Amino acid sequence: MTRQREGEQAARRTRPAPGRADRNPLAALKRRFHSGELGSVPVVLGLLVVWIIFESLNENFLSPRNLSNLSVDIVGIGLISTGVVFVLLLGEIDLSVGSVSGLAAAGFAVLNVNQGVPEGLALVLAVLAGTVIGAVQGFFFAKVGVPAFVVTLAGLLGWNGLMLYILGSAGTINLDDQGLLAKLTGYYFTPVAAAYGLAALGTAGYFLASYQDVRRRRAAGVPARPLGEIVLRTAVLAVVSLAAAFVLNQFQGLPLALLIFLVFLVGLDQVLRRTPYGRMIFALGGSVEAARRTGINVDLVRISVFMVSGTMAAIGGLFLASRVTSATQTAGSGNLLMDAIAAAVIGGTSLFGGRGRTWSALLGVLVIQSIASGVALMGIQTAVQFMITGGVLLVAVVIDSLSRRARRAHGRV
Amino acid sequence: MSAPPLLALRGIFKRYGAVQALADVDLEVRAGQVVALVGDNGAGKSTLIKVIAGVDPADEGTVEWQGRPVHITRPHEAQDLGIATVYQDLALCDNLDVVGNLFLGREIHRAGLLDEVEMERVTLGLLDTLAIRLPSVRLPVASLSGGQRQTVAISRSMLGEPRLVLLDEPTASLGIEQTAQVLDLVEQLRERGLGVLLISHNMGDVKAVADWIAVLRLGRNNGFFDVTTTSHEQIISSITGATDNAVSRRASHWETER
Ligand SMILES: Nc1ncnc2c1ncn2[C@@H]1O[C@H](COP(=O)(O)OP(=O)(O)O)[C@@H](O)[C@H]1O
Ligand SMILES: [Mg+2]
Repeated sequence: MTRQREGEQAARRTRPAPGRADRNPLAALKRRFHSGELGSVPVVLGLLVVWIIFESLNENFLSPRNLSNLSVDIVGIGLISTGVVFVLLLGEIDLSVGSVSGLAAAGFAVLNVNQGVPEGLALVLAVLAGTVIGAVQGFFFAKVGVPAFVVTLAGLLGWNGLMLYILGSAGTINLDDQGLLAKLTGYYFTPVAAAYGLAALGTAGYFLASYQDVRRRRAAGVPARPLGEIVLRTAVLAVVSLAAAFVLNQFQGLPLALLIFLVFLVGLDQVLRRTPYGRMIFALGGSVEAARRTGINVDLVRISVFMVSGTMAAIGGLFLASRVTSATQTAGSGNLLMDAIAAAVIGGTSLFGGRGRTWSALLGVLVIQSIASGVALMGIQTAVQFMITGGVLLVAVVIDSLSRRARRAHGRV
Repeated sequence: MSAPPLLALRGIFKRYGAVQALADVDLEVRAGQVVALVGDNGAGKSTLIKVIAGVDPADEGTVEWQGRPVHITRPHEAQDLGIATVYQDLALCDNLDVVGNLFLGREIHRAGLLDEVEMERVTLGLLDTLAIRLPSVRLPVASLSGGQRQTVAISRSMLGEPRLVLLDEPTASLGIEQTAQVLDLVEQLRERGLGVLLISHNMGDVKAVADWIAVLRLGRNNGFFDVTTTSHEQIISSITGATDNAVSRRASHWETER
């Protein structure tokens, strides 16, 4: 430690406020860059670039209609991707999420349409099927010791087979387009107050929580964020959320699907960052052996994480089925799996485990769906979409790897 | 001496596959005593630490805590007795910050949510009393230097109210000043009446702070020495096996103790 840093530290100890480096935003960003803690900065920049490019190519891209559709299109994959974030935090992978999502949709369709089970019950059973599948895969990974990618690769094939089997010869089952499931992605809160209210509520909630935190920190005499920074963050959140509400209100209002997605993101973010359970997941992603030595039940946490990813895959699959009001043989196949994993990684969740947030699923899936939507608007072949998305994913993985290297190099300074 | 030892190990065996890491090992640590555990690389020192910490329980043998037989089969059971451990490889999670590592597995929570403020407050207070300086307790430990990481691991063991502290080469990556600081800490622990089991390769350090020196050789006891009456050469020859005096040394140890 240099003498200067010691001096800074001593100053910080006596005065409960972050040091100079943290207060200057540019300096803080630079420090984060060099220590490999970039977080969501690259993906936000990337998203802006994608939007600017497509808007300059086609002025319908940022139209309320297109953006509103985008906000519903992201939900299915986004929910699946949120579950993938949990698995990636362990440094593992779940290749079965696409097949599980298709199976959940098919299971719901068979139960509801063919067997006459009430929609609500069928929905719950379909989601629980995802949970059980996750538990089974987690068991083979944690207790039997089969590598996760092999277990879930078997799952990818097996659950897809089961879906084709229960769909039977008919192949496609159409769902009730006035039913509960169809409403999941078809319902909009049309009063403008809904979208604005949610934006205001979210912003106010964020501010109050941050303010409360500062007050508690000051009372306890530990370093707190300067109030100015909280005001700035709140202002950014207010602008972004009110702008989103404004755009959504220009079309049909606040989509129910988006609201549900946001509730999952906030809730699971709290679980990951603010509960002992979430801390265990991060610990396992950092060092399994260190986690074990502190007495964490490694097997149980591993199994539970695969249960989360199975559950989220099933829920996402139901939203995807809701979007097309049918369960088809192609559900859960194609690019879905890759998109769900890519979204998490593009959003800033590390492939190496131990780093990530649920919000990366939102940001990443926004990038991926924006590219898909822009390409579709312009009538270019999907081949181009694949190439662009592939390029973006490569950039994201490169950033991930470089940050990891930066962190390691930094650790040896 | 009537009070039973804080920790007593009797006839400990531990095997890893084909390797007999520990065979018939006995050891005692009394409250207010520093016992140095020395031996060549691969002698089984770290294995013995993991046995006591409940991380890799023994295959055979008995463990007594204050004279009572106990079964330590999980890390929590050792922690609950008041055994704190600094592992040779530190066992830190690089992605978690200092506070997260200190409280890992025993987080403070309010209504199910982590109480980060309280944990940070306790952390800052603890680092202050240990005179440890870190750039920030909110940085991932990956961004700390080797010496700083070691001090984090040491302060983790001081959290709570340990009765026995196991230190596996705690000064390995520390500079001169920090090493002296750790040795001071060990003496403080002894003065507070804690038991300390210290592994070190540095004979100077061992002689400076230890009351007793237990030698392991090839997974077996090879002597238990009173620091004040034993020469440097005697210890070295015990470590290297120049004198295979396990039986006689152990016998004389029991005589002086009882
Ligand atoms: N987890 C393990 N798996 C297999 N062998 C191990 C393991 N841990 C230690 N050993 C073996 O046990 C012996 C003692 O190791 P250790 O206790 O680390 O020695 P020391 O700490 O005295 O240098 C060595 O031969 C080592 O290879
Ligand atoms: Mg060792």
